[in-house]
Amino acid sequence: MEALTIKNLKKTYEGNHEALKGIDLNVEEGDFFALLGPNGAGKTTTIGIISSLVNKTSGQVKILGIDIDEGHSLAKKQLGVVGQEINFHQFEKVGQIIRNQAGYHGLSYIQAKQNAEFFMKRLDIWDRRNDQARTLSGGMKRRVMVAKALVNRPKLLILDEPTAGVDIELRRSLWDFLQEINNELGTTIILTTHYLEEAERLCRNIAIIDRGEIVENTSMKDLLARLEKETFSMDLDKPINTIPSNGDFDFKLKDSRTLSVTVKKGQQLNEVFKTLSNEGIEVLSMRNETGRLEELFLSLVESDPDKSSLLDVKIGEME
Amino acid sequence: MSATEILNAFLTIIRKEVIRFTRIWLQTLVSPAIMIALYFVTIGVIIGSRIGEMGGFSFLEWMVPGMVMMSVINNAYSNVLSSFFSVKFQKSIEELLVTPVPNYIILGGWIFGGMARGIMVSVLVIIVSLPFVNLSVQNWPLAILVIFLTSMLFSIGGFINALFAESFDDVSIVPTFILTPLSYLGGIFYSIDLLPEFWRTVSLGNPILYMVNALRQAVLGSSDLASMGMTIHFALFMIVLFIVILFFLALWLLNRGKGIRA
Repeated sequence: MEALTIKNLKKTYEGNHEALKGIDLNVEEGDFFALLGPNGAGKTTTIGIISSLVNKTSGQVKILGIDIDEGHSLAKKQLGVVGQEINFHQFEKVGQIIRNQAGYHGLSYIQAKQNAEFFMKRLDIWDRRNDQARTLSGGMKRRVMVAKALVNRPKLLILDEPTAGVDIELRRSLWDFLQEINNELGTTIILTTHYLEEAERLCRNIAIIDRGEIVENTSMKDLLARLEKETFSMDLDKPINTIPSNGDFDFKLKDSRTLSVTVKKGQQLNEVFKTLSNEGIEVLSMRNETGRLEELFLSLVESDPDKSSLLDVKIGEME
Repeated sequence: MSATEILNAFLTIIRKEVIRFTRIWLQTLVSPAIMIALYFVTIGVIIGSRIGEMGGFSFLEWMVPGMVMMSVINNAYSNVLSSFFSVKFQKSIEELLVTPVPNYIILGGWIFGGMARGIMVSVLVIIVSLPFVNLSVQNWPLAILVIFLTSMLFSIGGFINALFAESFDDVSIVPTFILTPLSYLGGIFYSIDLLPEFWRTVSLGNPILYMVNALRQAVLGSSDLASMGMTIHFALFMIVLFIVILFFLALWLLNRGKGIRA
């Protein structure tokens, strides 16, 4: 069954700005799905329509087979949303915020309390339950947002840039947590993010949206298989002065102990090592220099001749 | 949502609203009571003793129902206005919009929150008035009904104002330039019989006049309603009519997403 079905979804804002130009999207139940795109591409508008924060101009949205217009209440019961901005009352206590969210979904006070306790403990905010939300750090507030979205135990969870501006430790703990709920509870997760490594690490399927249109919709594996070239950085055992001579590969000396090499699709890394070995160069460690998904993403959205104009548009106006 | 789930959501909104205004009780409950106490001392006791009787009652007795009604109107209206504008401004309205809770429950929850504050303040005002005047309420059920309906009406008014408000300036326009003048000109401090014929006729267009006099009728057993050619039933009917009209207007605006959806 499909957790989310979008058909010919259009949104035109005041001033005749067309944010979505008739997009189609399907997300399978249990999937971990990435929706990527540059600022102003239409990601937040799409999420806004799914979660009723934005009125659509036309088109159809179904959550777990339920049309959001015809079965509004039933469809919303399956949904949890973590918005891009912190959107809870800063003077309320953390526990109250999460319990109230459960109450809005119709849970009884006791059930709301139990669910809130469960997710506050899972997200390590239980000790702060009696503190006013304004006293929390940015990372803690993000956890509250996630707990709030999960407190009704939704089958579809949408996260709009959940790790924006949070430190690496929290980002990784959130990744682990999201993978757990995806695997253990079978919650379908749709993620938008600007950290492409995040999407590459977490998501099985991906759609890329640009200027209100889906420009790519495939599995992460298939997308990465299309990568034309990859650049690797290698730390060397001993310093070298001359670049290894093999015309098939593009070697560059970054400093006397760091060598980079660009490998095209179809070329084998074994050949690289053979070249280095023949020249008596030993490699201590090797890493991918750029995000693989990042290269693909840029190639997809930069092919747009008007790309520069996107950068001039304020996010607020577009999304 | 089932009926139980809808009730749970409704109670959650009311609980949240009551916790909100009781958390800042000095500002929301004590402050209006102090203001009314000052009215009683300065206008009621000091000036009132020189005015003498009004409509057959001491000036203080005449003034109490008006002060209660003014407190109910201001507090019910401003509670919903500031609370709902604040959730719009902070975007915490999104917490509700992403849930299955129906719009009439959102509206109802805020209305009952506003009524709770209006009614609590009215009780405080009555308590504050006791050292100044020996209050003997003639018709308690009617008095409670009038306070209940008036707080409901102005809570809805505050909600509509909040939907339209886009800045903090917009929040203060209606209370300052419409609500306060209508309250002061609604017969709180005087009998409409004292006005010249022209202003007396103009005053009949002020809905607050009917509410103040409906409560005065319940408390004192006498009011300007008879001299206005009205009955208490007509006054109650008018309040209920305004409630129905404004409720459906607010619900229509909410369904359209006025001020809350792009």
